[in-house]
Amino acid sequence: MTTLGDAWDWLSTSAHWSGDGGIWHRLVQHLVLTVVCLVISCLVALPVALVLGHLGKGGALAVNISNVGRAVPTFAVLVLLLLTPIGDWGEGPTVVALVLFAVPPLLTNAYVGMREVDRGVVQAARGMGMTGWQMLWRVEAPLALPLIMSGVRIAAVQLVATATIAALAGGGGLGRIITAGFNLASTPQVVAGAVLVAAFALVVEAFFEAAERLAPGWARTARRRRAE
Amino acid sequence: MTPPDDCLARNEWICGEYLSTRRRILLDAVVQHLELTTVSVLIGLAIALPLAVVARRWGIAAGPVLAVTTVLYTIPSLAMFSLLLPVYGLSATLVVAGLVLYSLTLLVRNILAGLRAVPEETRQAARGMGYGPIRLLLTVELPLALPAAMAGLRIATVSAVSLVTVGAIVGFGGLGNLIYAGMNTYFKAQVLTASVLCVVIAVAADVLLLGVQRLLTPWTRAGRA
Repeated sequence: MTTLGDAWDWLSTSAHWSGDGGIWHRLVQHLVLTVVCLVISCLVALPVALVLGHLGKGGALAVNISNVGRAVPTFAVLVLLLLTPIGDWGEGPTVVALVLFAVPPLLTNAYVGMREVDRGVVQAARGMGMTGWQMLWRVEAPLALPLIMSGVRIAAVQLVATATIAALAGGGGLGRIITAGFNLASTPQVVAGAVLVAAFALVVEAFFEAAERLAPGWARTARRRRAE
Repeated sequence: MTPPDDCLARNEWICGEYLSTRRRILLDAVVQHLELTTVSVLIGLAIALPLAVVARRWGIAAGPVLAVTTVLYTIPSLAMFSLLLPVYGLSATLVVAGLVLYSLTLLVRNILAGLRAVPEETRQAARGMGYGPIRLLLTVELPLALPAAMAGLRIATVSAVSLVTVGAIVGFGGLGNLIYAGMNTYFKAQVLTASVLCVVIAVAADVLLLGVQRLLTPWTRAGRA
C-alpha cells in the first residue's frame, strides 16, 4: 500500500503537473494524438466499409484484415516505421502505426453493420425508386449506425491504450511518464503514470457510454431486431 | 574488418548473415515468447473457466464478473505492466500476470456466451436422463460451448503473442526485446526479423488452435457437410 501512497504523493506534487514534460502537457499530447488518429482512421475505414457493405462484396477481406491486425504487434510496426524515412517526420511513425491499428475494428464493425441491415428494408427502399447512393446514405448507413459507433468506441479506447506505446519509441503522451519513471527507477512515478493512463482510458469509455445513452432512440437500436 | 558486401555492415532490412550469426539469440527470444504466451493463456483459461461457469449458474455474478474483466481489458498494456510492478518487480511473472488479466476478458466472455447458447431443451433432456449438475456441465454444456470458447481462446492467444512485445519494457518481452534493442541501435535486420517472427508465431498459433478445435468438435463439420 505504501507504493500507492508514494504514487499519490507524486501525483499531488504540483510541480509534476506543470511545465514541458508535466502531466498537463502529456495529457494534451495524448488526447491530440488519440483524436487525430481516430479521425484519420475513420476517414480511411468508414467510406471503404460503407461502400463494400452496400455492394455486399469483400466481406472476407474486411474480417480477415481485422484478424491479421490483431496478430501484428503495434510496437513492432512503430519501430519498423521509425527506421524508415517516415521516422524523420516527428510523430509520423506513431500516427501511421496507430491508424493501422485502429482501422481493422472500424472496418469490420461498419461492414457487419451494413450487412446486417434488414434486406426487406433495403428491397422496400429500392422499390421506392431510391438510387444506390440514396439507399446507402438514407437507409443502410443510419440503420448500421449502432454497430458503426460501437466500432468507433472500440477503436477510441484501444487507441488511448495503445498510444502509450509511442513513449517506448520516444514519442509523446502519457506513456512518457511511465517510461521516464522506468529510466529513473522511480516506482511511484511509474505507478502514477499507469494510474493516469488507465483513468484516461476509462474516461473515454465512459464518454462513449454516455454518448450512446444520450443518443436519439433510432441510433441505439442495435439489439432491437434480435429482441423481436 | 567487415567486407564491403556484408549486409550487416550495410544495415540492410533483409540479411541472411544476421539469421545465421544470431541464430542462438533469435531462438532464445522465440522460446521466451512462446513460454510467456503459453503460460499466460493457460493460466487465463484456468481462471476464466470457473468464472464463466459461476456467472452462468448464478445470474447475479455475471454482471460483476463481466464488468471487472472489461475494466481490466481497458487498462493499457504498458500501464498494466507498470501497475503490477510493485507486486512482482522486474520479472517474467510480471509480464505473465499482465497477459493473464488481458486474456481473462476475452475468455470469460466467449465461454459464457457458449454456455448461454446451450439450448434449454438439451439441458432438460440430459436432466431427464438422470444427469447430475456436474455431469451435465462436463459432458453436455462444456462440449457444446467449445466452439465459442475456442474462438475466444484463439483471439486471446493471438493478442497475447502481440502483447508480449511490450514486456520489453521490463526486459521480458521475447522477440520484443530484440525489437526494442534494435530500435536503440538502429539495427534494421534485427527489427524486421523479430517483427516477422512475431506475426509468424501468431498465425501458427491460430492455425494450430483451429486444428485443435476441429479435432475436438467433429459434430460441427458433420452438420455443415
